[in-house]
Amino acid sequence: MDFLNALVALANFVIVPGLAYGAQLAIGALGVTLIYGILRFSNFAHGDTMAFGTAMTIKFTGLLLALGITFGPLPTALLALPFGIAATCLLVLFIDWLVYQFYRDQKASPVILVIVSMGVMFVMNGVVRFAIGVQDIRFADGERFIITARDFKTMTGLDEGLAIKTTQAITVVVAVVVVALLFWFLNKTRTGKSMRAFSDNEDLALLSGINPDKVVKVTWILVAALATTAGVLYGLDKSFKAFTYFQLLLPIFASAIVGGLGSPLGAIAGGFVIAFSEVTITYAWKKVLVYLMPSNLEPDALVQLLSTDYKFAVSFAILIVVLLFKPTGLFKGQSV
Amino acid sequence: MKKLLLATTAMAMMTGAAHAAGHAEDVKIGVVLGFTGPLESITPAMGAGAEMAMAEVTASGALLGGATVTSVRGDSTCIDAGAATSAAERLVTSDGVNAIMGADCSGVTGAILQNVARPNGVVMISPSATSPGLSSADDDGLFFRTAPSDARQGVIITNILQDRGYNEVALTYTNNDYGKGLADAFQAAFEAAGGTVTISAAHEDGKADYSAEVGALASAGGEVLVVAGYVDQGGSGVIRSALDTGAFDTFYVPDGMVGAKLNENFGAEMNGSFGAYPGTDSPGAAKFVELAAEAGFDGTGAFSPESYDAAALIMLAMQAAGSSASADFKDHVFDVANAPGVEIFPGELQKGLELLAAGTDIDYVGASAVELIGPGESAGNYQEIEFADGVYSTIGFR
Repeated sequence: MDFLNALVALANFVIVPGLAYGAQLAIGALGVTLIYGILRFSNFAHGDTMAFGTAMTIKFTGLLLALGITFGPLPTALLALPFGIAATCLLVLFIDWLVYQFYRDQKASPVILVIVSMGVMFVMNGVVRFAIGVQDIRFADGERFIITARDFKTMTGLDEGLAIKTTQAITVVVAVVVVALLFWFLNKTRTGKSMRAFSDNEDLALLSGINPDKVVKVTWILVAALATTAGVLYGLDKSFKAFTYFQLLLPIFASAIVGGLGSPLGAIAGGFVIAFSEVTITYAWKKVLVYLMPSNLEPDALVQLLSTDYKFAVSFAILIVVLLFKPTGLFKGQSV
Repeated sequence: MKKLLLATTAMAMMTGAAHAAGHAEDVKIGVVLGFTGPLESITPAMGAGAEMAMAEVTASGALLGGATVTSVRGDSTCIDAGAATSAAERLVTSDGVNAIMGADCSGVTGAILQNVARPNGVVMISPSATSPGLSSADDDGLFFRTAPSDARQGVIITNILQDRGYNEVALTYTNNDYGKGLADAFQAAFEAAGGTVTISAAHEDGKADYSAEVGALASAGGEVLVVAGYVDQGGSGVIRSALDTGAFDTFYVPDGMVGAKLNENFGAEMNGSFGAYPGTDSPGAAKFVELAAEAGFDGTGAFSPESYDAAALIMLAMQAAGSSASADFKDHVFDVANAPGVEIFPGELQKGLELLAAGTDIDYVGASAVELIGPGESAGNYQEIEFADGVYSTIGFR
């Protein structure tokens, strides 16, 4: 019984939230890694692309709700997601046409593109705030929980509760579907293969007749879809706020780099590494140990490796260690 | 071309001079608040509060023989001391403001005080910086605040918790000067009164995920979770995560956490939780809400009344000194804010200015029952709130 209690406490506070957060970071990092792999620059505007996509999805969700359309027990935002993705596609293709194309034609070096993307980031920062404002917005509807902590306790008779939110389950399911689709697209379709060829060696790809414009366009569309999905999943699970999305950029980049920039598999692994390192290293093990240890050995202190102040230090320490000893990341991406 | 430029400049200068001679003075007050950054959702009502006081004084025509008061806004960003300092520097050196209403967050307020206000000798009155550290900061008599120090709030929280019979609490605070100051003040007061703080864990604002913090807090345990954060920032994120995982059911919310947003975000889930924020049952508070509604903003917003009072105090002190220069009126802030004298409420600034002009002493009560103590900070009135049926309501004053 005590062992079960310990397990449930760990699942409730570490495993379930870590999985959901990791999945959100992973989808975000996939977008960053695709841009880096194919267009060859670090896109700093990614956090704001996520914010824009989510803002648009929130608008469409409002529209659907006004029309009386809901998605039963699931959040209506999932129905609005395709519209949000479409709007974001239009925006990123417009920005590419207006800004990035110019620098691509000039064969600008990656570092120039990085700075350009920072400019785009600041502009989008403003655009998102104009479109939807600065406040905190919750747009999840439908059933909030698959099982609440209290129900779990009465059901099992354990002292510890386990809460699983609908949004956490949706996040993990959607993440699996999105990743499967992306890998199928990259590995099996003609366009996907041409994108990988373009990523591996641009000159050879051009020689073999791959249309670079098409590759660029498809990449942006994929990135818009990934960014919007990541943003909406995150917003459903927590809440939408323009400022928070801007800040999401850091853990997302950390995930992409730890996994190996340019490697889709690495982005996913990186997302989970960063999420779990934030949650586990600063976890106070007292509760779990009290259940597991015989009563005379129970700890009085918190048994916390590091105070929660240091949780970002942990992910960046991992980042530095990875860059020092394996500059290409865990899954052999391009070195930075 | 050169001649034309010269002529234009000369003309401009002459008309400028003529303008100044013909009219009464144009007083400028800098409004330095975090219009972007973590407080961007409450600063609009704060700015509007301060500017309402200025508009009221300008319309009255009673300040220094008919001076107009203009507001010059600057962005403190709340978190970036460098950006805040340069914004304040611009207001002082290029716009030539006579005083600063601001800043909002404790960290940037300290930076502006030391880097801009003291070197240039400009009075600043902050409506919302509550860090205890600012009480002992060197200020050359230039710095005041219409918000109380959190040392006082620490005692209030202790009293409220112990009156309800809670002696073991977990504590989380936003990792900045405000949160850390309040958390330390509370922990000291609570432990001195015999209570136990099981854990004091920091959380960062505007971050993606608070599972780690909530995991540690839940593990440490406690009857109540005290959340010394911001309502539209990490504070709400921590409460959301704590509720979802069933880690805590009852919360104590200090000043930064109280806002209409809480009802919206949590509703009935917060039932049974409680807290306190600066506020008073003085008639001035209700009057201010009324005036704000007429002016088209929400007067119940956090620190909006204090912003009105801060701007009003600046102008009343100018009137008392008969000068808009900081060096002259800094010594009059205490006189107009405290008893004895005729009590002045929001919407009565004209009366206050006229009384001062006639040499009568006034006691500015304002929207937040201002009474300055010690190093120029508000003595602090708090209203205790409790959640029932998904909304919070005031149940008493302390």
